[in-house]
Amino acid sequence: MKHTLRHSRVELALHEFVSGPGRPLLLLHGLGEHSPTAAPAELADWPGGVFALDFTGHGDSTVPRGGGYTAEILMGDVDAALGFLGEATLVGRGLGAYVGLLAAGGRPEQVRGLIVRDGPGLVGGGGGAISPHIARVDASGPVPPDPFALVELSRDLRPRDYAASFARQATQLSGLQRPITVCALERPEWLTALAEEIGVEDRPLADALRDYATLD
Amino acid sequence: MQDPEPSYPGARAPDREFRVDAAGVGIAVYEWGEADAPPVLLAHGGFDFARTFDVFAALLAEAGWRAVSWDHRGHGLSDHTELYSWDADLRDLLEVVDARIPAPCPAIGHSKGGGLLMQFIHALPHRFTKFVAIDGMPSKRPHPDVAEHERTRLLGKEISAWLDHRRRAAELVRKPGTPEELAKRRKRMNPRLSDEWLLYLARVGARRDPDGWRWRIDPALRFGGFGPWRAEWSLQRLPGFPVPLLGLLGTEREPMDWGTTRASVEPYLPAGAELHVVEGTGHFIHIEQPHHVAKRVLEFLAS
Repeated sequence: MKHTLRHSRVELALHEFVSGPGRPLLLLHGLGEHSPTAAPAELADWPGGVFALDFTGHGDSTVPRGGGYTAEILMGDVDAALGFLGEATLVGRGLGAYVGLLAAGGRPEQVRGLIVRDGPGLVGGGGGAISPHIARVDASGPVPPDPFALVELSRDLRPRDYAASFARQATQLSGLQRPITVCALERPEWLTALAEEIGVEDRPLADALRDYATLD
Repeated sequence: MQDPEPSYPGARAPDREFRVDAAGVGIAVYEWGEADAPPVLLAHGGFDFARTFDVFAALLAEAGWRAVSWDHRGHGLSDHTELYSWDADLRDLLEVVDARIPAPCPAIGHSKGGGLLMQFIHALPHRFTKFVAIDGMPSKRPHPDVAEHERTRLLGKEISAWLDHRRRAAELVRKPGTPEELAKRRKRMNPRLSDEWLLYLARVGARRDPDGWRWRIDPALRFGGFGPWRAEWSLQRLPGFPVPLLGLLGTEREPMDWGTTRASVEPYLPAGAELHVVEGTGHFIHIEQPHHVAKRVLEFLAS
């Protein structure tokens, strides 16, 4: 089942794979991807509903004119989904993992656990100043995904202390002991910084799911 | 019936208007001066619009320049869009420059427009000859002196407020009013402008709807914000700025100013850069003192 949500002038597709009571699991895809067509088998034991969001410019969501993507804007996409779901545990792949971190810090009362996983767009554009340049976008390829999203979200800056500040918000304001779990092999700068924060743990996916499923 | 064109001493409507297509986003472009005169690029500040240059650009045009400006996306007569970002503004600007300015030219930017142009010129120095920043140079603002957990809480509140705004953004509309009421609202940002000048700005910057006049700025846009970008990165890059630079600063502190002072920016200026402080003005120096600013800028362009 597909729900259509609104984030400013963008319509977002929220796919519902599993219905049921209990806190939902919200899947966030990687850069250039879209939501899966069914709940992944490794999440089969989750006791609540399972949903997946297509970010702006991806999947069945609106492809805007002329780009303008930032990870922060996609945090607003997640917030629109949280507005619909109430609260959720997030499982983010690649770009979705970074956006999930922003959402976990931005809405700490509603994000009840974030699981960070490998996937496209995990690295971003690095952690510091880069030489100014203007990226021209070749918009002739297939859409979706929006070619502007592919360019802009692969070069967005992710400073270590910026990422860490969202982890601190999640830890300080969520009331959870371990609000963020890292299940990723790749370690870009921002993720290395994240892993050093209190409340962030490396552990297997199954352990994190079991832990978050039993939260009040 | 069309509203009569407003007037103000020294103000001149653009001589030409164009529309540039920036990947599907319509960007309004304006020119003052002879079509074959040498170009100078003007960039307005955030939440402003190109026609705030109606006096300043007219003075440049009278001095023999073709002043070229544009409304940033979501501002003035340019399209309101789904997304806004710094990179998108830079790309829109590139479309404007490609369309209207074939050879290297000087550029003048106010506030956000100054910041945009600084980055643009760093990226494409071969397309520019000189640059004037009107309260548009970076400043290293100190962090508030608060404990780490308090800073976390403050940032959390800011992000939460931004997300709340995003949730409401699709339904937001600007408050209607008479041109006089809009002028009065702007006076809060421009306390030293005459009522007559403010009324002119309201008439050229607002549109008449059935229930009243509204500033054209997209209500989905919001002051302030947060993000990964750091002003000090621009500051550290400033000594290597690739074209001659004139910086203009006011002296009156206002909500929209960048907090840049002579003392804070001078150590970072490239060799030969000039800094000019206009006493008794605030953030909108060229709107408060267009004749003074035009005179100083024309001297710099001629030097």
